Amino acid sequence: MITRTIFSGFGGQGVLLMGYVLSHGAMLKGVNVTYFPAYGAEMRGGTANCTVTISDRKIASPVASQPDILVAMNLPSLDKFGPTVVEKGLVFINSSLVNEEPPRDDVEVVKVPTLELANEVGSERAANMVMIGAVCAKSGLLSLKETIEGMKAALKAKEKFFDLNEKGIRRGFDFINQAR
Amino acid sequence: MLGEAAVLAGCRFYAGYPITPQNELPEYLSGRLPQVGGTFIQGESEIASINMIIGATAAGARAMTSSSSPGISLKQEGISYLAGMELPAVIANTMRGGPGLGNIAPSAADYFQATRGGGHGDYRTPVLAPSGCQELAEMTFLAFDIADKYRTPVMILGDGMMGQTMEPVVFPDPIDPKDLPRRDYILDGCKGREPRAIYSMILDINLMYQHNLKLLEKYEQITANETRWDTVGTDGAEIVVVAYGTAARIAESAIEELAGRGPKIGLFRPITLWPFPTKQLRSLSENVSKIAVFEFSAGQMLEDVIMSVGDRAEIYFYGVPGGIVPTPAEVAGFLSSVNSGDGKVGRRIEV
Repeated sequence: MITRTIFSGFGGQGVLLMGYVLSHGAMLKGVNVTYFPAYGAEMRGGTANCTVTISDRKIASPVASQPDILVAMNLPSLDKFGPTVVEKGLVFINSSLVNEEPPRDDVEVVKVPTLELANEVGSERAANMVMIGAVCAKSGLLSLKETIEGMKAALKAKEKFFDLNEKGIRRGFDFINQAR
Repeated sequence: MLGEAAVLAGCRFYAGYPITPQNELPEYLSGRLPQVGGTFIQGESEIASINMIIGATAAGARAMTSSSSPGISLKQEGISYLAGMELPAVIANTMRGGPGLGNIAPSAADYFQATRGGGHGDYRTPVLAPSGCQELAEMTFLAFDIADKYRTPVMILGDGMMGQTMEPVVFPDPIDPKDLPRRDYILDGCKGREPRAIYSMILDINLMYQHNLKLLEKYEQITANETRWDTVGTDGAEIVVVAYGTAARIAESAIEELAGRGPKIGLFRPITLWPFPTKQLRSLSENVSKIAVFEFSAGQMLEDVIMSVGDRAEIYFYGVPGGIVPTPAEVAGFLSSVNSGDGKVGRRIEV
């Protein structure tokens, strides 16, 4: 079983951190994982994406030909990676920013209003945590507990962010579970 | 990761000048080395940094510097001096797109520079090319060991993809520098013994001749003892891909994607780029019909493959220069093209 996830968006949206959280959660869970980021020289703005591959077998390439899961935080990401998702793959769309849908009906689309949900738990800065919560809840890649552990491992010493981030992750899980 | 591996391997001196995509390494060491009583220096330039390495290793430390392509060009004079003075040191190059200042994207265009000396003079540099984080950790230890054993600079050659990819790693057991064999040539104060000198200027042509022969013998020993390579599924393969570093991992996934369709495809991965596993690739090429070379460059390792394979098998090449990272599907397209001979992806190399 191998699952390739691409997280993509503007620099500053916490795109790479989402991949970090998933990678650390997977590592702590004891499965094989690779994390491969691609971004420009800018700290903010520009585009950023990362590919996280999780497998119970050896992972050869950290680069994915076709992702099983796409997390599109903005429209250019959906346009760029939407066509590459495997058939029956999952496409998560940040519906706070993106109104469009991919022009194909062979993937499952999950719209997550990340900013609105993040504001509910205290700050829109938790939007990426809402999204990673939703991704893990829907895909089953990590449990709620594993996702929170992954976040803490990814942020290491930055404990002041743990509380807000945990609330964001829980909100993402709740969002998916309520939809079921 | 490379930084922690270096510290665990007993490295206690680092000097370097920042350059993307390898700044995570000096950033880490700037905090870590002082914790173990080591020295971290951000030099005023690449040239200053490599010369500090010469001083530190001459004084007995396990010393390392690192940079990315343009910075490594600046260090070449110092690497040549290390080779001439027969001093151990480890140089890590996280390659980026070039020539010139280039870009910060993953590239493997420094193969010629790494394996052909780069600096002046009749010398060789052992070059280790790990393909992932676990191997990088282990190769860091190996790099210091080879450097000490043969009194030579050793290069660890990765690319921007290796520099940015993260994977879980199990580190080898740490080495206490105090447990390393004493080097009987270092400059540590001559109280109670005859003074020593370490230099690379040998004006007497006969002495220089002898020195070159001594170096040559060392390089022959390294070739005999330290050549490393890996193979995946080459038994009974009709086509064998030759790729190194992260490119080899993309190739391996491409081979997996094609499994069960068409002829059997294997992978030959040089781990030491110098010494290149010439004999091993040559004997393999006698039993396969096609060799497919894949590189993040316009064709550099390709020349070593041509020298190894000759006309024993057809050689095909697919190179992606400039920092673009192809997906396994694109490499699979090349391999399908090699199989069918349609020439749509990559090209046939006439020997």
